[in-house]
Amino acid sequence: MSDSSSVGIVVPQIAHFAEPLALRSGAILPAYDLVYETYGTLNAAGTNAVLVCHALSGTHHVAGKHHENDKHPGWWDNMIGPGKPIDTNRFFVIGVNNLGGCHGSTGPVSINPATGKPWGSSFPIVTVDDWVLAQSRLADRLGIECFAAVVGGSLGGMQALQWTLTFPDRVRHALVIAAAPNLTAQNIAFNEVARQAITTDPDFHGGDFYEHNMVPWRGLRIARMLGHITYLSDDAMGAKFGRKLRSGDIKYSFDVEFEMESYLRYQGDKFAESFDANTYLRMTRALDYFDPAADYEGNLSAALANAKADFLVVSFTSDWRFSPARSREIVKALLDNERDVTYAELTAAHGHDAFLMPDKHYHDVVRAYLENVE
Amino acid sequence: MTHVPAQAHAHFSEAAAERRDFTAIAQWIAPGAKVLDLGCGDGSLLGYLRDTKNVRGYGVEKDDANVLACIKNGINVIQMNLEEGLAGFEAQSFDVVILSQTLQAMYSTERIVQEMLRVGKEAIVTFPNFGFWKHRLQLILGNMPVSKNLPYQWYDTPNVHLCTISDFDNFCRDHHITVQERLVITDGKTIHLAPNLLGSLAMYRFGNAA
Repeated sequence: MSDSSSVGIVVPQIAHFAEPLALRSGAILPAYDLVYETYGTLNAAGTNAVLVCHALSGTHHVAGKHHENDKHPGWWDNMIGPGKPIDTNRFFVIGVNNLGGCHGSTGPVSINPATGKPWGSSFPIVTVDDWVLAQSRLADRLGIECFAAVVGGSLGGMQALQWTLTFPDRVRHALVIAAAPNLTAQNIAFNEVARQAITTDPDFHGGDFYEHNMVPWRGLRIARMLGHITYLSDDAMGAKFGRKLRSGDIKYSFDVEFEMESYLRYQGDKFAESFDANTYLRMTRALDYFDPAADYEGNLSAALANAKADFLVVSFTSDWRFSPARSREIVKALLDNERDVTYAELTAAHGHDAFLMPDKHYHDVVRAYLENVE
Repeated sequence: MTHVPAQAHAHFSEAAAERRDFTAIAQWIAPGAKVLDLGCGDGSLLGYLRDTKNVRGYGVEKDDANVLACIKNGINVIQMNLEEGLAGFEAQSFDVVILSQTLQAMYSTERIVQEMLRVGKEAIVTFPNFGFWKHRLQLILGNMPVSKNLPYQWYDTPNVHLCTISDFDNFCRDHHITVQERLVITDGKTIHLAPNLLGSLAMYRFGNAA
C-alpha cells in the first residue's frame, strides 16, 4: 500500500538543547528536548521551510505514519503531503511538540535531572512566546533562517501570529487559522472548568501523581468531554447524533442512553488514556495568557506594528469558540498596519474542529495561497 | 502584495485591454495609491491597477469562488458582506475606494456610499445606466431590459437598485456628495451628448462636500 499523497513512514527526531531557556514567567528551563518530525526536503538556500504549530492536544506527528500498519496518521495528514495543500514536494515541513507537552518534548512527565523524578507540578508554566522561542532554536539547529510560512490552527494559529511579532524577520507568511488575538472571558471560563475537573480529582495529588502511580483520568476525561462539546457546533452534533438512542429504548437510568453520551465518553476515555493532565493544565493556561495586545494597552494594531509577514487569516462560520469576529479583529489590526493580508471566512458546519476537516474549499484556499509563496 | 508569476501580470493587462472602464478608473488613480475595491470579483481590476499604477490595495468580496480566484491571482482579499458596511476599515485609511458595477446589486445603497466616503479620501462608483436607450426601447416594447451591462433575466438578476444617470446625479445632490468627475461610456467610447440616453456605463469620481 503506497499512498502517493502521503509523506509515508516518518521517524520522530529529538533535538536536545543544553542552553537554558528563560521563560516569560521568569522561570528558567536549564535544558530541554524538543521532539519533531520533518517532511520534504530543505532546499540549499534553506528558504522553503514551513513550520506547523499544534493546538491544545496536538503533537509533532503532523503527517504520515509511524509504521506500515499505523491506523492513525498525523493529525493534519489531510493537509500535508505530496500534492496536498501544504505540498511536501515544494516545502520542507516541520512539526514540533511544544514544551510542556507529553509526546516527547520536555514537559511535566519528563524527568527533572536535578531531582531524578518527573517534573510534575514543578514544571514551569509555559506561554505561546516561550514556545516560539524554543521553536526558533530548533529552526537555528536545522539551518532555517527564515520560514517561508508558519502555519497553525487555534492555539497553533496564535503561535503563527506570535512568530510574526517575536521574529518579524524570520517568517515571510503566517497562516493564522481559527485563531483569536486573545481568549474571551467565556473561553477562559471553559478552560477553568477543565482545570478544576483535573485539579480536584483526588488522584491528581497536586500534580505529582506520577510518584503515586496514579493518573487523574476522571478529571482529564471530563475536561476533554467539556472541550469536545465546545469544539463542535450544535448543528454538527445534531446532524451526527441528534437525540438518537443507543439501544432504541429509554431505560430510565444514568447509563449511556443517547449516542451523544456514548461519543463523549469514548472521546474522553481515549484522551485520558494517552494525554497528561499536567500538560492539559499548561496548554489551557497558555491559551488564557496569550494576549499580544496586553503590552500595548489593549491596542492590537499597535501590537502588530512590528510584523513584516504576509498573512492568510481563516475562520469558520460555525466556530463559536474562536468565532469569525475574533479573526476579523486580527485582520483589522493587520489592515491598520497596511500588511498584505487575505481573509477567508469559510462556511462550515463543524464548529472549531472545522480547521482539521478536509473541506475542499478550505483546502483550495490554503493551497492557492501557498502556491504564491515562493 | 504576494508575488505572483509573470504570467498572471500579463493576464491582467490583456483582460483590461477590453475593459474600457478599467482604463478609465486607472486614469483617476494616482500611481502608488492605496486602493480598496469593493465587490472585487476575481481581483482583475486590482491586478490591473497593481500592474499599471503600482497601487497597494485590498479587495472585498463575499463569494467563495471569487475569494479563491483572488488568492490565486495574488490579490489581497477580505471576505465579507458589503451589506454590513465597512467595519474593520478605519476612517480615511484609503486614497480611493472603488465600487465597480456593484452598486446596483446592493440593498444598503446609501449606507455603502457613506461608508466609502468614510473610509476613502475619494470614491469611484460605476454602474450600468438603466436609462440607456436600448433599455428604454426594450421597456417600451414591453420587456425588462437585457443588455451587455445588464446580462440577466428579470428572474435571476442580482440587481435590486438599478438607476439612471439622472437618478444618480440627484442622489449625489441630495446626499451632499460633490461629484468631481463623471464619465459615461458605450462600447468603450466616451459619450458627451445626451449621456443618460446614449450611455450604457456611468462612472463617477467623488469626495465629501467641502
